[in-house]
Amino acid sequence: MKLFKLRGGVHPESRKELAAERAIRVLPMPEYLYVPLLQHVGAPAQPIVNVGDKVLKGQLIGASQGVISAPVHAPTSGRIVAVGDYPAAHPSGLTAPTITIRADGEDRWLDTEVVSEPFALSPDQISARVAAAGIVGLGGATFPSAVKLNLSRKNNVHTLIINGGECEPYITCDDRLMRERAADIVEGVRLIRYAVGAENVMVGIEENKPAALAAMKAAAKNTEVKVIAVPAMYPMGWDKQMIKALTGWEVPADGRTADIGVLVHNVATAFAVRDAVRFGRPLVSRLVTVSGGSITEPGNLEVPIGTLVENLFQFCGGFRDKPARMVLGGPMMGIQLASAAVPIVKGSSGVLALTAKEIGNVEPSPCIRCSSCVRACPVGLLPLDMAAHIRAGDSSAAVTLGLKDCIACGCCSFVCPSHIPLVHYFNFAKGELMEQERAKLKQESTKKLAEMRNERIARIERERAEAAAKRKAAREAKERAAKEAAAKVATETA
Amino acid sequence: MTPIAHSPHAHAPISISKVMVTVMLALAPATLFGFWLYGWPAINVWAVSLIAAIVGEALVVNWQGRAVRPVLMDGSGILTAWLLALSLPPFAPWWIAVLGSLFAVVICKQVFGGLGQNVFNPAMAARVMLLISFPLEMTTWIAPTPLGSAHAPSLMESFRITFLSQPIDTMASASILGHVRTEFTRGIGLDQSLVGYYAPWHSLAGERAGSLGETAALLLLLGGLYLIARRIITWHAPIAMLLGVAIPALLFNLINSNHYAGPMYHLLSGGLMLGAFFIITDPVTSPNTTAGQLIFGFSCGLLTWIIRTWGGYPEGVAFAVMLMNAATPIIDYYVKPRIYGRDRKGVALPVGKEF
Repeated sequence: MKLFKLRGGVHPESRKELAAERAIRVLPMPEYLYVPLLQHVGAPAQPIVNVGDKVLKGQLIGASQGVISAPVHAPTSGRIVAVGDYPAAHPSGLTAPTITIRADGEDRWLDTEVVSEPFALSPDQISARVAAAGIVGLGGATFPSAVKLNLSRKNNVHTLIINGGECEPYITCDDRLMRERAADIVEGVRLIRYAVGAENVMVGIEENKPAALAAMKAAAKNTEVKVIAVPAMYPMGWDKQMIKALTGWEVPADGRTADIGVLVHNVATAFAVRDAVRFGRPLVSRLVTVSGGSITEPGNLEVPIGTLVENLFQFCGGFRDKPARMVLGGPMMGIQLASAAVPIVKGSSGVLALTAKEIGNVEPSPCIRCSSCVRACPVGLLPLDMAAHIRAGDSSAAVTLGLKDCIACGCCSFVCPSHIPLVHYFNFAKGELMEQERAKLKQESTKKLAEMRNERIARIERERAEAAAKRKAAREAKERAAKEAAAKVATETA
Repeated sequence: MTPIAHSPHAHAPISISKVMVTVMLALAPATLFGFWLYGWPAINVWAVSLIAAIVGEALVVNWQGRAVRPVLMDGSGILTAWLLALSLPPFAPWWIAVLGSLFAVVICKQVFGGLGQNVFNPAMAARVMLLISFPLEMTTWIAPTPLGSAHAPSLMESFRITFLSQPIDTMASASILGHVRTEFTRGIGLDQSLVGYYAPWHSLAGERAGSLGETAALLLLLGGLYLIARRIITWHAPIAMLLGVAIPALLFNLINSNHYAGPMYHLLSGGLMLGAFFIITDPVTSPNTTAGQLIFGFSCGLLTWIIRTWGGYPEGVAFAVMLMNAATPIIDYYVKPRIYGRDRKGVALPVGKEF
């Protein structure tokens, strides 16, 4: 099939060989699980259990609230021991509302409704089951999948693209999933296709995963699903990059993929959809790659949501030597972990323990305007100019240059010979802009409230004045009447 | 407490000093050839230029209260002095090299704010300053006297040439561009002035009078190709500059071959190869985008040809580069890449339409 030309991108050392040949292993159930209520884009789930409650595996513990939200479920059977704040995966170790479960060791599933013929369900039923299972985009975007399904049906999506890009170095969990569970993924893909009524289905897989490509091609044989090899480059897994490579279409700025009739889901999401639709099983575990130069025995683990990162490191033989940096996610877009005592969430594709050599951390030097960043940017931005404006304290100039179109993929920082932390500048400026917008909204609502108050006071005064005038008129009328009456009496007596 | 670090947590194996060292490596063959061709005086000029740049930069950075080591270690000052040395007459006196180097790294670079902040290419700005201020010293060319040949100055003689400005009248010669220009003012056309003076192969191999590195066009071209292969530079600006010279040269040569020299003559003389592959590819003073670099390179070439053909000076690369350096911010303002999901003007593409 003809592929389309892509802009920019980089070719970081893949380092996938560390874990790619390691088959999926199931992590033994840890004693405590810490399940955050916000593991997705949107409103956090509302806790519906209390401390002391006994729960079964798959039981709803946090209910979805709002239009864009997702529920969370108990990843094992046990007892709720805490509902409150717990450190989350955040560079500064901030806390987040979390439900803590003490596992009882039985790992007993809730009775779920198994559907033997999932294609007999209506599209609405499928999307309801996906919503109830708390499935979110497992490629890392963590957008609630059911919301995407409904939106796609409303927009008459005609093309379904399944993202097997997995372009982040080190990360191999999607690769393993495709190699070992290809048939289940393909069933999930076909269910999604059926649910949104798409005509074309394409699975794009980077050509550096030949075993996954072969397994998926074999599983998709004699189905409507087309498996296509795409070039190995970063960020191939950016959904819009994948769309462009496979179809040549571009999503309008500020728009969604549904605007051009395309729905993109990750391979792991498709796998989870199949579990949810066929077995009624909610998303309570995921595959996580544990890798990096400091890890004794890298691998791919099936991990219950809420497991602490340190448990994964321990299971993989601990550290060869003290890591220079721990990262949640891939090295290009992952976040630094201040501590390994934070839980794995639905969007965690990998945990890395990296050596100083792997990070390549060097003090930044001045920009020499070499424009390597311009050539590397997949979006077509001018990172060097944007960073210069932000440094000078002029974020709005950076916005004019397209700051809001930046996807923070890190290609620019990666290739910069001066080692300037460009993405750090951009995220700083984005945060600043968000603050400005919030301040503006606050100011506007304050102004509105003040205006309403003034209006109210004016109205009350006006009403008071009117009432006073009325009273005065009434009094005068009364006095006049009294006078007239007195005059009348006087005339009569006279 | 671990310091907070932002993604990406990986980096391409590249740094500014690696870039500079690679460029120096690419310059080495042409430089070594120049050393052989012009002997010890050329080595003196090169060494004096580099030392002056290192000492001068260290001093001013120290005055600014900044750390000297990282500034010197990035290698940009040394590269600037190197490029300047290649554009100087090989028998130039020491103070020409010192003045030029100091002007380049102090006035043209550090005064503007250091690496990355200068508007003009420091080496070319220094060359232009020297050419305007000291036209005699800057246009005294020497016929090649390769090391080991009969006329080659010994090491001691070279010190007298470089540091005591010993007269060198017996060996004086003219660069080919200067020769043609002089003959032209005497009313002698190309058909006669080039006889015995110009053979393309000699230009390629550098066996003629000229500045230190300019004469070895072929070796500079090889160095440039090496830089392209190593992805330190892209082909756009250099090729555009060569075309910017070659296309008008070809057209006018077809119209009047006695008045206008052909493209090969232009491509292989003067500082064109050095300019195309090592000067206009200076990232600091050239545009950011591929399209911008094509415009920039072609304009540099065209201006070079115009100055050579109709200007007051026989060679125009340095002037052309400086003029286009000044135009770089304008090019960057108007030539920008198209942002994903937007048209060239930055407006979002229409929703609900495939294309």
